[in-house]
Amino acid sequence: MFAHCADPSTLEGFAWLACYLTNGKHMLFYGSFGTVLLLLAITAPVSLAFGFAGAVASRSHIPPVAWIGKLYTSIVRGVPDIVFFLFFVIALDQGIEWLRHQAICPDWTEPVRQGNDFVVCPEAKMPLSTAPQSIHEIYNFTLAVFTFAIVFGAFAANVLYGAMNAVPRPQLETAHAYGMNDRQTFWRILVPQMWVYALPGLGNLWMILIKATPLLFLLGVQDIVYWARELGGSKTAIYAYPHPDWRLYYFLFLLVFYLAFTRVSEVVLERITRKLSHGQATAAGEAMRREA
Amino acid sequence: MSCWESFQAYALRSLGLGERLLPKADITVCEQVVLIGSGLIWNVYFAAIALLLGFFFATALAMAKNAQNPWLRKPAEWFIFVFRGSPLFIQFFLAYEAFVLLPKAGIEFSLLGIEFGASTRWLTRAWLGATIVLFLNTSAYAAEIFYGALRSIPKGDLEAADAYGLTGLHRFRRIVWPTMLRLAWPAYTNEAIFLFHATTLVFFSGFPAWKQMGDALYYANYFADKTFNPFVPYPIVAGFFVLMTLVIISLFGMINKRLNRHLPKQKRRKIALRLNLIR
Repeated sequence: MFAHCADPSTLEGFAWLACYLTNGKHMLFYGSFGTVLLLLAITAPVSLAFGFAGAVASRSHIPPVAWIGKLYTSIVRGVPDIVFFLFFVIALDQGIEWLRHQAICPDWTEPVRQGNDFVVCPEAKMPLSTAPQSIHEIYNFTLAVFTFAIVFGAFAANVLYGAMNAVPRPQLETAHAYGMNDRQTFWRILVPQMWVYALPGLGNLWMILIKATPLLFLLGVQDIVYWARELGGSKTAIYAYPHPDWRLYYFLFLLVFYLAFTRVSEVVLERITRKLSHGQATAAGEAMRREA
Repeated sequence: MSCWESFQAYALRSLGLGERLLPKADITVCEQVVLIGSGLIWNVYFAAIALLLGFFFATALAMAKNAQNPWLRKPAEWFIFVFRGSPLFIQFFLAYEAFVLLPKAGIEFSLLGIEFGASTRWLTRAWLGATIVLFLNTSAYAAEIFYGALRSIPKGDLEAADAYGLTGLHRFRRIVWPTMLRLAWPAYTNEAIFLFHATTLVFFSGFPAWKQMGDALYYANYFADKTFNPFVPYPIVAGFFVLMTLVIISLFGMINKRLNRHLPKQKRRKIALRLNLIR
């Protein structure tokens, strides 16, 4: 980073620390915070979409569709989430490879499951074994995002389902009385009004999502936990910056990062709740009216 | 190997009894069910100890957070904030690294003529170290639930207690505590379920599985790695956990019934299940 960092063994004290904290590996560590934020930025809207689809399916008048929606939410919610994180990543990976295998090499005669092995033709591997490292990393990350979206989509579906039921019925009946059909009532009356009821649940879910991000580490993504373990482990003299086991300090740093993140989220969510409650016919809205 | 033989060999494998080597080739469904079920012993152990001890600590924390005195209130608030605001996964890692750095020391003492030994090395083992983390974590979550319940004790109950001249510990034991528990119990049931689910994180977060003695998910992960087939072991774990969740619900439901026994039927609070938390 700095010019004087060329030979770290001559450095002392603060200068050593400054060079140590700005070396290449540490830049990757700081970059991995971006990975976590990126995961949150993608997962939150995608799982909201999954949740919306799940909630709409659960409300459907067609029984099979309603069953699928209910099954989705109840299965994912009854089992420890980490089981799903471990399960979905392999299952999705194998599912994609199997589909590609069926499409690309139909002449392949050997069975895909040979005892303890899962064998597909080399052309169906995902990503191809010749692909560069970055493609592998992006593929892993995409699988992780998709897994998070499936699991959190189920939770979001539950919240949105409750919120849709919480919208006062007279509102919908009035819409019908004005001659709106089901579709119009849903999009113009139900959806705009459900958010105030969904917000506490969705806020909770956001906090849980933040606290679930360290599980990325288990999915083989080089996230902040991976780098904290990697960088914190004791380094012998053959490394440029030898130091004893510092993992404790790295994890302390992560702890502070998460505490700050959840605290900021809490404050922001409180503000949004106040905004949304304004002028609503709820207890919170009434309290705000009295204050004013 | 027949099903009964694999039951004999692996039923207590997670405690280090029975066959030493885990199955390597020709893994049968039976072996998977038995070994994963054996790992479940650890999940039950972690959850039971943490919940039992955490219950009392959480009550103390909730009282402290509700106190007027800032010397009591502030530490309780910070404790709850730190443990609820950060991921359990990070807490496990942090605790493990901290325990590893502790100086190796041991003490021996005799109690009632029996020699006991204790050493700080035990803290790096899952059975003690992870239990401590889970205990602190569940205390923080439960304390927040109990605190909320303390705040919503009906004013009339407390005024009635004052009118009858109940004060201090007597008032707490007869009025405040039972009412707090009654109000908090549905939420506390959910907390117990989340904690039980959270025990699966232990062996994926720093704490090594000593001599391959791990929990249900540890063995499921082992089988998934060995057979490249996630479609058998993970549904088995899921099945076990759904069953155990039902057991917890019925146990806590019985306690809930007892806490509400003095109320007329229609005023009793039902436990509403909201299985949706990760820590």
